[in-house]
Amino acid sequence: MGGNTGETILRFENVTLRFEDEEPALNDVSFEICAGESCVVLGAAGSGKTVLLKTAVGLLRPSAGRVFLFDRDIAPLREQELFALRSKVGILFQEGGLFDSLTIEENVGYPLVNQPAVNCPAVEVRPRVEAALGFVELGHTLEKFPSELSGGMRRRVGIARANVTEPPLVLYDSPTAGLDPITAHTIMTLILKERDTKNTTTVIVTHRYQDGFLLANFQYNPDTGAVESVFRNGAGGERRTRFLVLREGRLIFEGSPQQLEASPNPYVQKFVKRLYN
Amino acid sequence: MVASTSDERRRLLFDFLKPPVLALQEFVALSGRAFVNVFRKPHYFNDISLQMDVIGVGSLPIVILTGFFSGAVMALQMSRALNQYGASGQVGQIVSIALVREMGPVLTALAVAGRNGSGIASELGSMKVTEQIDAMRALGTDPIQKLVTPRLIAMAIVLPLLTIISDFVGLIGGYMVSVPVLRLTTASQYWSTAWRSLEYNDIAQGLLKPLVFAIIISLVGCFYGIRTTGGTQGVGLSTTRAVVVALVWVFVTTFFIGKLFVNL
Repeated sequence: MGGNTGETILRFENVTLRFEDEEPALNDVSFEICAGESCVVLGAAGSGKTVLLKTAVGLLRPSAGRVFLFDRDIAPLREQELFALRSKVGILFQEGGLFDSLTIEENVGYPLVNQPAVNCPAVEVRPRVEAALGFVELGHTLEKFPSELSGGMRRRVGIARANVTEPPLVLYDSPTAGLDPITAHTIMTLILKERDTKNTTTVIVTHRYQDGFLLANFQYNPDTGAVESVFRNGAGGERRTRFLVLREGRLIFEGSPQQLEASPNPYVQKFVKRLYN
Repeated sequence: MVASTSDERRRLLFDFLKPPVLALQEFVALSGRAFVNVFRKPHYFNDISLQMDVIGVGSLPIVILTGFFSGAVMALQMSRALNQYGASGQVGQIVSIALVREMGPVLTALAVAGRNGSGIASELGSMKVTEQIDAMRALGTDPIQKLVTPRLIAMAIVLPLLTIISDFVGLIGGYMVSVPVLRLTTASQYWSTAWRSLEYNDIAQGLLKPLVFAIIISLVGCFYGIRTTGGTQGVGLSTTRAVVVALVWVFVTTFFIGKLFVNL
């Protein structure tokens, strides 16, 4: 399992984003994420988490400031030019973002077929889709439509689609929102499995500290097929996890899990205490 | 005090004008990109044929029904007036000119706007609120190329064809009322006057109108669909707006195209 390589994958420089005359959805946000890192963006509903994720890949354009993705300033890039950069990023949208009119096979194969930069030969599409769906244990759903699956299954298909091209950076938008605890744990296990077996840089936005706690303190063991504490052998994890906390568009905290738990900020404490209480 | 009142008025006027001007700007930008994409790769031929099937084959029953009864009603309503002037033999001419120039294109456009304009807006609106359009962009596809341009091309091909069918069926409707039911004229006189009264000018505007209406219905439907916000309620609102705006523009443009051809 690889640790951090130090190369900056995503950097926000004083990013502000406002919709028309409203209060800014992001207000002077700056941070950076290095290759191999895990990043957890915590925040309540409406704090700007999803906006931050969409801004990171150019789906939304900042009103001020700059966003660097794989060391390229994405602000001056046209939509067509962004496609090549986005092919290096997997995204799980909040509700999965699956195409209703396509089967699960077509949904998962969509980035392989439609992303010019991926350049996947037609004969390889089906095996790669099967492998990606097998990874999330949904190999039997190829011919089904998204409407035939449960919310948790749709989320798992979304994870398969986000990872089918094996991108170096994967963004997860509230992957466990609205799911029961068992399904939420299954989803988080899949995210850990994906991160630890493929060594991807992972960004999760969530309002649940439990998800961040799992990401920071657990890792996937390919031998047992289960997640286990990184402190199990007394060594601690190799992978660095960074927490960001957003409040009304402002970044009010950035630091390690230990710093987060020790933070005196009452807003930050609300997230952490809820778990321990 | 006077200056501040003047500033306040200017600000109110600006606030009032900003949303429609912004919407117009966005509509023009969307339309421009949709037209440019017609000549740019990739071309989604499967989507074009699917939309042609949905719009064309799907709308055929309603277009045939509206076309038939519009021709029949026209013959019925004109019968009294024509009898009064002893010109009942001209019923074929009147039905033919009115249908080909105006009624056929407009009634077909109304049916298609109600059926497919709303369908386009609600489908794209649902895709927008469930982040499918964002997903499309994130996965390397231009939503305008994939969603708007195929609908524009399909509608532009299919609506003139539907209009031709509607015109023909309308003439049959007029014939059914004029000849077997009211016995206003003979079959041969009905069809010969209907045929001979048509000039190239009539046929040209009868085909230009559905082409323009197709562009309006598809682009307005796509525009309101793609800029949907506010969940399922927003989808309903977008659908209503798409149909209302498309219908208003159909009536406005039919007047101007008609005026253009009257002067030719």
